[in-house]
Amino acid sequence: MKLKTILMAGAMSFAAAAAWADCAYENEVPLKSLSAGFEAWKAVTDAMAECGNFSASLDQEFREKQPEAFAANPALYQIGGVANETMIPLLNAGSLRPLDDLVEKYGQDLLPNQLIKVDGKIMAIAMMVNAQHLMYRSDVLADLGIEEPKTYDDVLVAAAKIKEAGVMNYPIGGTFKTGWNLAQEFVNMYMGEGGEFFGEGNQPSINNEQGVKALETMKAMTEFMDPEYLVSDSTYVQQQFQQGKIAMANLWASRAAAMNDETESQVVGKVTMASAPMGAAAPSTTIWWDGVVLAANMSDEEADAAFRLVMEGMDGEMVSANNDVAVWLSPAYTPGDLAAGAAASAENGAKAYPASAPMGVLHSALGNGLADYLTGAKDAQTTLADIEAEYLTAAKEAGLINN
Amino acid sequence: MNFRTFAAFVGPSVFMMLLFIAFPLVSVFKQSFYVTQPLYESVEIETCTPGFLTQTCVTETVSQPQLDEEGKIITQTQFVGWESYRNVLEPERAWRAISDGNWNVLSTINFWKALRFTLTFTLITLPLVIVCGLGIAVMINNAAQAIRGPVIFISLLPFIITPVIGVLSVNWLFRGDGILTALLEWWLNRDIALFAQAWTIEILMMLYRVWHVAPFAAIVFYAGLQTVNQDSLESAVIDGATRWQRMKYIVIPHLMPLIIFVSMIHLMDSYRVFEEIVGFASQGYVISLQWLTYDFLVPDQAGNRSISRASASAMLTMIGIAILLIFPLRRTWRDHKGGH
Repeated sequence: MKLKTILMAGAMSFAAAAAWADCAYENEVPLKSLSAGFEAWKAVTDAMAECGNFSASLDQEFREKQPEAFAANPALYQIGGVANETMIPLLNAGSLRPLDDLVEKYGQDLLPNQLIKVDGKIMAIAMMVNAQHLMYRSDVLADLGIEEPKTYDDVLVAAAKIKEAGVMNYPIGGTFKTGWNLAQEFVNMYMGEGGEFFGEGNQPSINNEQGVKALETMKAMTEFMDPEYLVSDSTYVQQQFQQGKIAMANLWASRAAAMNDETESQVVGKVTMASAPMGAAAPSTTIWWDGVVLAANMSDEEADAAFRLVMEGMDGEMVSANNDVAVWLSPAYTPGDLAAGAAASAENGAKAYPASAPMGVLHSALGNGLADYLTGAKDAQTTLADIEAEYLTAAKEAGLINN
Repeated sequence: MNFRTFAAFVGPSVFMMLLFIAFPLVSVFKQSFYVTQPLYESVEIETCTPGFLTQTCVTETVSQPQLDEEGKIITQTQFVGWESYRNVLEPERAWRAISDGNWNVLSTINFWKALRFTLTFTLITLPLVIVCGLGIAVMINNAAQAIRGPVIFISLLPFIITPVIGVLSVNWLFRGDGILTALLEWWLNRDIALFAQAWTIEILMMLYRVWHVAPFAAIVFYAGLQTVNQDSLESAVIDGATRWQRMKYIVIPHLMPLIIFVSMIHLMDSYRVFEEIVGFASQGYVISLQWLTYDFLVPDQAGNRSISRASASAMLTMIGIAILLIFPLRRTWRDHKGGH
């Protein structure tokens, strides 16, 4: 993946230097962008590079660079790619330019739900949404006469049947890698149960019934997962699917296209996308968006050119050419079977990831603390209490809670 | 040499050492007693994010840092004394666990969990590195002149490989159905998951480290073997000493200063064990002190870092290394005094 990113970045700067082909106009202001390195960003920045005078950095570590690079005056990158949570530090530091005037000038083709508004001002333009949802092997489930699982209880019953029938040893896959991924699974489950993360004054409130229920469900799933689940990230789960080792997983919509990639996958056409399993209150998932922001520290002329370039990169032509790469937010997007899971989850009432500064701290504390429960070192209440204590220490140090 | 010439020679390196070693250390030491944080205020704002067809807007109270006229975040720095150290060490919890005699609880507190592994790792790999290094050195020394060059080259290879790359290779060889795990499974005819419990991961880490560092020890010992007094060896042979006795009474005492040197380097290096944790993604089971410092320092998604706890943890790591080095240093000091 790293190597691929580097190669892509190299190819990118080459493309930028070469002639610009399919762009409606010629860009004359030198512009740079910094964003994550996955497929959708490659498509968008490729389209932007066609206008010339533009170079893109596709960097998986972008979030560590962005705050400093955008705080510089003039900003080191004019265009940034962010998601729910990575926008927070830029927003807090006042490094982002409100986009209302530019949207009025160039944004005729934008859908209203692409505009990310904070306090009435447009601060970002979303280009795609992503969510974890249930993917399952329709052939395996159909053979055993199992209906599409609607809740995690259904998932567990189905897994038990598949195992009993001897079809697979470990029917369930999960992005349970210690750290960000594992914490994200908890966030999904906890929000599905309808839990609230914070009380008054950023005090944590996860040590409750919903928290314990979320943990118990996760543990029950691990019974049917490859025992090395604590090192399994999205790519690993994707490969397990592609190699036909697992039958069900709650996996990112952005990975759906890989299931039908004939060069990698042995299960082409056999994986069905469905809504994330329902918790007591909502589907056990969170909706994420990825989008573009502009730096505050640049001239109006640059901002004008940058925004025009972004609109060119996100236009209908790019979306139709890369339709299956992501769940695009664009009138030109035709949702196919691969987007069905994300759409069904949203229909069932999935909530957006509750991005905020304290949530960043809590997500880290969860990522480090949850493994102790799954390995059996602590019981559920102790685990949650310890995570809350860890959160309090870190939040006090960050100044989010007064002593 | 008069003082001016001496100063002119030594001056630049003293300056560099102050600039690149002493100053950062003092700075970290200072930061471990202070906390710098933005001034937050609570504001009620409406945020709109995309759904699929419609937009979801929520109005909520959020904590937002205050900005000054120039648009920079206002921060305040305050002296907190030992608080960051307390937050890292968690002495009350640790003490409660110890006085209850409950080691399982102690080993779930991050610092103590990390210390336990770091010490085990350091102390177990140390003798293995020395023995393996010595073995390889003797092997090279006994190899025929014609093939000595290639043998040295091959035995040095593990040391040349970048640690992170080496760890990742081991990870891929053993993880899931990696080639070597698949081979083991076929041989033992049972399902094996090496990354599913702490002890197998720890063994893999130690094996990797010994494999990686032993060539360094070997090359140092090999250099030492060239200066062993051949007369003593010959007379030992005439006196009927076995190979083992010659090794024990002549070669090893001769190499002792080098063994101490290699031990010290290894203690310092392996106490900072880090690549193994990252490369194996083992933090769910096993963490080290250096990884703990790193974890404090990495910003979370919302950009918060724990600089003060990271500083405190870094200072504690340094103190740990200093304590470990006391033993070999004392010996060198005694030898040094005895030699004059």
